[in-house]
Amino acid sequence: MSAVSAVSPIPTSHAHGGGTPLDVILMVLFAISWVVYLSGVVSSHSRGRPWPLFRLVFWTAGIALAAAAVVGPLADAAHESFVAHMWAHLFSGMLAPLLLVLAAPVTLALRTLDVTPARRLSRLLRSAPARLVAHPLSAAVLSAGGLWVIYVTPVFESMQTNRISHLFVHAHLLAAGYLFTAAVIGIDPRPHPPGRAVSVVALVSVMASHGILAKNLYAHPPMGVPVSDAREGAQLMHYLGAWAEGTIIVIFCTQWYRAAGQRLTRQVSRGIVDGSARR
Amino acid sequence: MANVASTANVRGMNAEPVARARRAQPSWRARAERSAQNAWSGILFGVGLVAFVDETVFHQLLHWHHFYDLGSADLGLVSDGFFHAVSWFATIAGLFLLADLRRRGGLHWARWAGGVFLGSGLFQLYDGTVQHKWWGIHQIRYVEDLLPYDLTWNLIAGLLVVTGIVLLVRTRRSRTLERETS
Repeated sequence: MSAVSAVSPIPTSHAHGGGTPLDVILMVLFAISWVVYLSGVVSSHSRGRPWPLFRLVFWTAGIALAAAAVVGPLADAAHESFVAHMWAHLFSGMLAPLLLVLAAPVTLALRTLDVTPARRLSRLLRSAPARLVAHPLSAAVLSAGGLWVIYVTPVFESMQTNRISHLFVHAHLLAAGYLFTAAVIGIDPRPHPPGRAVSVVALVSVMASHGILAKNLYAHPPMGVPVSDAREGAQLMHYLGAWAEGTIIVIFCTQWYRAAGQRLTRQVSRGIVDGSARR
Repeated sequence: MANVASTANVRGMNAEPVARARRAQPSWRARAERSAQNAWSGILFGVGLVAFVDETVFHQLLHWHHFYDLGSADLGLVSDGFFHAVSWFATIAGLFLLADLRRRGGLHWARWAGGVFLGSGLFQLYDGTVQHKWWGIHQIRYVEDLLPYDLTWNLIAGLLVVTGIVLLVRTRRSRTLERETS
């Protein structure tokens, strides 16, 4: 580690080991978002509409991974080691968004909010800007494009030395990752669901872009990162990213399969298609 | 049919259409109706299968392939990225299409296998010619005389393609329909 720490020779305000005021503020923010979700679950239960426990587990795990990317030992190590940096990125950009999307926070909010705020929320979700950023293609550009900007511009150098820009990058990754995952496999209600073909194109493009960027980082380590560290991180990005993407594909195909099954069932019950052996 | 009805009774009225749809018995007519889906499901799975073998056997187990040879052009890198993304998606989507064929009673294994041969052969040929040779993303193995490796690789690819085409032609829609009536 000591050899690697030469990466950021400039002394920064960032104190290792956590406990800076910024760390405290972040932990409070994460705790609030967890408590708000939990109170929604409790309120839904008390009204006689149970909320699945596994969604609370997803939300908890998602918040924990998002927090681990910016506060604590992994976040500290990420300033010195590219591999740790990549773990933090995979947490906040892929795994946390996936878990948070599967927790269906919008559904829970619409179910537990009073009528007026619930209407405001659904109006906000139907607004033109929300529809624009929630479209699979624009969400793909935000997510994949943002990642390229981090590594081919001085953003990477700045985030390694400056705590605020490090936070900003992770907030962007989390938000863009959430938007993209929700656009492709969102289970929250959507006023204008995208077509399957559009989602497939967006998903494959983002996966390809991710793999290309990983190999690009392998060939051209970012400024100040030792070659072996960069290569290990790039391969981690390539392979672990593929597993996260595989999970999204399986969920996407399951949704598709179920929808086709429901159509088939309707056709069978209407007598359009004979589902039995007699043909 | 009796079996279907009893299941529906156990599950209640609402479950009946689901049970019936899921229990569609295989028939040659259903296979003929789903002729294209059989071929495509196989092709997609074949593309994924060959990428999987490439990754596990040649990259991870034998360590013959390299993650990336630094010299190759940007175009090669882009092709490689899409190669992996498409094959990953194709593997999973191909298997879901297979499950859909089964529940519709339209799964035709010989035609599906033909698709697998064609899909894997075409992708191996593309990998062995365009990606290895033209763009030089990486080589099959890092030895002095590469020719036997390249020849074997692409000959196998050609054999797979031919086998796939033969199977697909022999299981074509009109032939499948004939079996329904005979």
